[in-house]
Amino acid sequence: MAAPLEEPPGGAPGDEPADEVAELAPDDRPYRLGWLVGTLVSRTVETPTAVTLELDVPGWRGALAGQHVDVRLTADDGYSTQRSYSLASPGSMGLPPGAVAAQRIALTVQVVDDGEVSPYLAEDMRPGDQLELRGPVGHWFVWHPRDRRPVQLVAGGSGLVPLASILRTRRLAGSRVPFRLLVSARTPADLLYAAELARPDPGVDVTHVWTRAAPTGWDGRVGRVGATTLREACFPPDLGAHVFVCGPTPFVELVADTLVDLGHDPELIRTERFGPTGEVTR
Amino acid sequence: MAVISRGFRGRREQEPRLPPGQYLERGFPVLSAGPTPRADLASWTFTVTAAGAELASWTWDELQRLPADDLVRDIHCVTKWTKLDTSWRGVSVDTLLEGLPADEYRFAVAHCDGGYTTNLPLEHLRGGQAWVAYGYDGGPLAPEHGGPARLLVPHLYFWKSAKWVRRLDLLHEDQPGFWERLGYHELGDPWREQRYWGD
Repeated sequence: MAAPLEEPPGGAPGDEPADEVAELAPDDRPYRLGWLVGTLVSRTVETPTAVTLELDVPGWRGALAGQHVDVRLTADDGYSTQRSYSLASPGSMGLPPGAVAAQRIALTVQVVDDGEVSPYLAEDMRPGDQLELRGPVGHWFVWHPRDRRPVQLVAGGSGLVPLASILRTRRLAGSRVPFRLLVSARTPADLLYAAELARPDPGVDVTHVWTRAAPTGWDGRVGRVGATTLREACFPPDLGAHVFVCGPTPFVELVADTLVDLGHDPELIRTERFGPTGEVTR
Repeated sequence: MAVISRGFRGRREQEPRLPPGQYLERGFPVLSAGPTPRADLASWTFTVTAAGAELASWTWDELQRLPADDLVRDIHCVTKWTKLDTSWRGVSVDTLLEGLPADEYRFAVAHCDGGYTTNLPLEHLRGGQAWVAYGYDGGPLAPEHGGPARLLVPHLYFWKSAKWVRRLDLLHEDQPGFWERLGYHELGDPWREQRYWGD
């Protein structure tokens, strides 16, 4: 049972191109994920239905951009439940020491109607309150600053969270790799991190899609992402960009299928999906 | 000692069929690492190999003509959701291995369209525990849920029930699959909450 812990998985170094190998831990060795205690330091209201929680987590060993954590809430009578949340904070791996505050992480929580966990996290939790978490988890939907390929990000709704972690990591790393972000939101009020996305970020092109209502003065169309938008807004397939798609299942299915139709290599497309009714808010 | 989240109450679903750390899901979430592959049933085959050498192979039509089971099972995803009483139709792995020298091997790796792999001890695939499933809820299995056919191993976390399965490779030695190389547990028993390495 313990065999996989004794040697780093993924075969011998050099098996794959360097930019395909995800780092597993700061010391590049797999390790057991124990439960850690997170204490809420601050909460930032992002939209009427989404809040970013900044947590102090003693023992946190860092993460790659794009990873998520398991959160466990326990009531005073012992009842407990778990959910997964993407990290909004930058991944520390591949960044110089001190670039990211040690043992601090941020989660952006979108309130799910009738959710068991998200209303507590987004509405009830106050600074000083605690939860348990373990991670980082998910070594596939990740970006490392040493990756030299252009990167296409495609976000639907709160699927922007792990992609924002990737953008923030790129910025802190001083990476000059060309990035494009196509982000779909229902209305301007629903857009996460709106001020951050509006600031110039050299080498990052941002295209907005509004599915219900656009900002005043918007000269584009209002509607869902389709083949025309993906052809116009995304890097062309022959550039060989890594594509990260995150959002609700129908959004991810449509975007990934259409990108393959447009000629993108399926092997370069990584997806993270949530829904239809699950509370995996990513 | 558990850390209490002040003021948290929760939904408190009492369901003895929920493994530890799981919650009840009434929809059927989709989780995949990449685009949904496209299958052409005219050229589709399912193959059993031993260390890569072919032992047996079935076309789509041949697979449909094998005796099939209809079964109802609870399924458990490592991302915490459990869905009760899902109904499937498929061919038992026991049927597929009949007459093959499977007893000589201890492990298997499922290979899928799109490049996904997952590894299992062979003892968890035999004895009425695993199927190559092509029907769901009375109809064909939808592509985003693994159609035309997926491995179905309901007693383990659902990433072992590999979508778009095309080949089962029997092996003497265990060989980690896609998620098993990326931090997930080598067996994945939901009742022992074996989610990640070392659990």
